[in-house]
Amino acid sequence: MTGTHEPIVAFEQVSKAFGEKQVLRDVSFGVKAGEIVCILGRSGTGKSVTLKLLIALQRPDQGKIWIDNDEITSLDAAGLSRVRRKMGFLFQDAALFDDLTVYENLALPLARLTGKPRGEIDVAVRNVLQQVGLACDTKKKPSALSGGMRKRAGLARALILNPRVLLADEPSSGLDRITASEIDDLLLRQRNESNTTILVVTHDVHGARKIGDKFAVLDKGRMIAFGTAGEVERSEHEIARRLISEW
Amino acid sequence: MLNPIEFFGEISLFGVRALRDTFSPPFEANQVRLQMNDVGVRSLPLVLASGFALGMVMSLHTRGTLVTFGATALIPSVQAMAFFVEIGPLVAALLLAGRVGAGIGAVIANMRVTEQIDGIESLSVDSFKFLVVPRVLACVLMLPLLTLFMDFAGLMGGYVAEFAASHLSVSLYLSRAFTYVEWPNFIAPVIKTSVFGFIIGTASSYFGYTTDDGAQGVGRAATNSVVMSSLLIILADVILVKCILFVFPESAL
Repeated sequence: MTGTHEPIVAFEQVSKAFGEKQVLRDVSFGVKAGEIVCILGRSGTGKSVTLKLLIALQRPDQGKIWIDNDEITSLDAAGLSRVRRKMGFLFQDAALFDDLTVYENLALPLARLTGKPRGEIDVAVRNVLQQVGLACDTKKKPSALSGGMRKRAGLARALILNPRVLLADEPSSGLDRITASEIDDLLLRQRNESNTTILVVTHDVHGARKIGDKFAVLDKGRMIAFGTAGEVERSEHEIARRLISEW
Repeated sequence: MLNPIEFFGEISLFGVRALRDTFSPPFEANQVRLQMNDVGVRSLPLVLASGFALGMVMSLHTRGTLVTFGATALIPSVQAMAFFVEIGPLVAALLLAGRVGAGIGAVIANMRVTEQIDGIESLSVDSFKFLVVPRVLACVLMLPLLTLFMDFAGLMGGYVAEFAASHLSVSLYLSRAFTYVEWPNFIAPVIKTSVFGFIIGTASSYFGYTTDDGAQGVGRAATNSVVMSSLLIILADVILVKCILFVFPESAL
């Protein structure tokens, strides 16, 4: 499944329903290593569910999901844990642990999963916080951070294990244009410096066109377009054309 | 909406998982310590104040009746036995169900709603072991201690009421209080309160961990945690008293 030109992330005919509501229907796509793919679509079309399926926070009703050679729908808890160590997830509201400081939020996975000594953890945490511009806010609790700072802290936590695949759920939502652009720059830098594969769910077409190599457009649970901006602009689906061009 | 049998099945499996995960690594020593502080130390003022007031009230009630029969010397013994055997464990558990149960239910539900639990899982950290097990363990370990504090606060409250009425000395009061108290009167309630603690930790964590309905779900989880913990404690008390009397027949009043 891998190799330089083969997808590091792949969906194969994935379907997911919540009760009566069919959220995804036979969705298939592949993302190559180092690519940034932006998932676009109207609200409630299954974009965030797609990300949660990729990190196995939810299970598909049918279909297969591949992450770096592992078919994750058939993995047990230990296997999933191994795969998740290669991934980072930036949640829409950052989802930082309320009781812990910014520093502790980042140190937690390092202490648990790497067994690194305290000194190395300290260096790693401070390096990542430096990257996202939060070096002076290590002792703050998430409740003391602004929306943009929380997003940066969430991104720092998603990057702390140096993931091969980064999933970002609406990284610019609720942020002003400048802060959103800074988050986009951080995502681009991560890809350029570490060749991280990044999937971004977003409503911000401007930001998506700035960072995205490819675009996946979902509508009513189906993937109606997948390709470069030019390819999606020439899509036969009007919704896909409108979503990619509204900026 | 689950039917009652499904509900009790689910909550039982939840409790069994908490019990099993308590003994499997990694052990969340730091989280357990934090929760013991929250469950134990922060509940202490409430438990002491309630025990003291309850002790005074009980002494005032029993005094009138025992004076009629010329048995005022028995007031400390009645007070001690009542607190050690039943009032202390049950009232401490119900107080904890209210204070801690609601807190656990609301906090974990809020974490579920704000995706903090998903965040923990996405980092390959077992959220159940990280959030649920330390809370259940803290309740199991701290409730017996809180019960002992409630028992002695109750005795102190009883003594104050008795001193006001008869100027009885502390040493005589305590001597009379412990006349009929034996080891089974301590051991059995300690076991009982550990079970009550397990019920509070498990039921509250269950409602928080399984919520999926936004802000309303958080409120419902807090309410359900208190109601179900209290109900299960009272039901468990009936069964446990029967078991205790079977194992320690001499502990009967």
